[in-house]
Amino acid sequence: MDAAPAFIAGMRFRERYASVDDAIADSLLRRVGNTPLVRLRKVAEGVSDRVRVYAKLEGFNPGGSVKDRAALQMVRDAITDGRFSDGKVLLDSTSGNTGIAYAMIGAVLGFPVELCLPRNVSLERKRILRAFGAEIVYTDPMEGSDGAIVKSRELLAENPQRYFKPDQYNNPSNPRAHTLSTAREIIAQTEGAVTHFIASIGTGGTVMGTGAGLKEWNPAVTVLAAEPDNPFHGLEGLKHMDSSIVPGIYHEDRLDGKIPVETEAAYEMTRRLAQEEGILCGQSSGAACVAALELARSLDEGVVVTVFPDRGDKYMTTRVWEFEEDFAK
Amino acid sequence: MAVTVRIPTPLRKLTAGQEEVKIEGATVTEVLNNLESAHPGIGERLLDEKGGIRKFVNIYVNDEDVRFLENTDTQLKDGDEVSIIPAIAGGR
Repeated sequence: MDAAPAFIAGMRFRERYASVDDAIADSLLRRVGNTPLVRLRKVAEGVSDRVRVYAKLEGFNPGGSVKDRAALQMVRDAITDGRFSDGKVLLDSTSGNTGIAYAMIGAVLGFPVELCLPRNVSLERKRILRAFGAEIVYTDPMEGSDGAIVKSRELLAENPQRYFKPDQYNNPSNPRAHTLSTAREIIAQTEGAVTHFIASIGTGGTVMGTGAGLKEWNPAVTVLAAEPDNPFHGLEGLKHMDSSIVPGIYHEDRLDGKIPVETEAAYEMTRRLAQEEGILCGQSSGAACVAALELARSLDEGVVVTVFPDRGDKYMTTRVWEFEEDFAK
Repeated sequence: MAVTVRIPTPLRKLTAGQEEVKIEGATVTEVLNNLESAHPGIGERLLDEKGGIRKFVNIYVNDEDVRFLENTDTQLKDGDEVSIIPAIAGGR
């Protein structure tokens, strides 16, 4: 082993590894990405026999969601080029999955994580973040995820030296993660047959980055976004763009279109995916599925790929899974 | 009898930007109906076709979820505070 590092408050991985890439390669983090692609059949009624619909099951990532990809890319790029230097605290705003990814990565590489989130996120989420050792700063539920964004900006402005703020909404490493990994995986897993890609929009990282990678490979691939049908919705993690702070990484002009999804339809599909396909996922997956099937029904032939951002376990106390007996007195 | 209704950011377009509005009503149903009369369009965001509170919407009366009270029949007192909160990931 090399000589002991001079800094005590440094990232823990430096005690053993020469670079962050080496530390990632020798840890759980090497399992980020390469998620399964599965064909949807039972829920795909009304879709032509010549149209196949596939979903990337991002819940298979170590942190349990698609956000592992973006978070790891942002952390890795920033450590490599020195923006995230030793002794700094990772700070961001997150409705959950990105925070879980940061917290998990922070635990593996050995750096502190501080997160702003609305107080009304589920208890499981808060506990998972705490379990990985993250600190949480709560914001007003009435302000939604925008309130958490504003709070994290304030904290950074008050103490710029203390923090590294990946800022998933404006960090090009976020979509880049998907250009480098998700897009290539989809091309390989469909054996080059993919014709349409559709993903729900949270930061826009998945749809922009994967879309860019697919179009670079084949400009004829159609790329669409699924979004909540109105500003007041129950699709956690997703943004209704016209009424939100538009992320810097989101460029609607590079999309071929958007498909609006009703909250209730997404919830219903989330339940069907569990009961008919055996896929226990979150409501953003239900939303992506509703939009992917609407797209698929409009086609005569093609291969539609969508992304199911996470697993369903974190949502068990939410309305999607509420059953009548919960209110029996 | 008037109560204060707290409006979440995504619905403030329908209340001309107001964070709180004073609304008359003796029950949650009456308040929501009167809210719709005062600010047309807000009702369909909160209630389904049968007049029930949409699944993803939380209505609190003074920090108590109405689903654990008498739901839309919950009685209100003068000065009560009614909050509308989207049920993102459940908790409170």
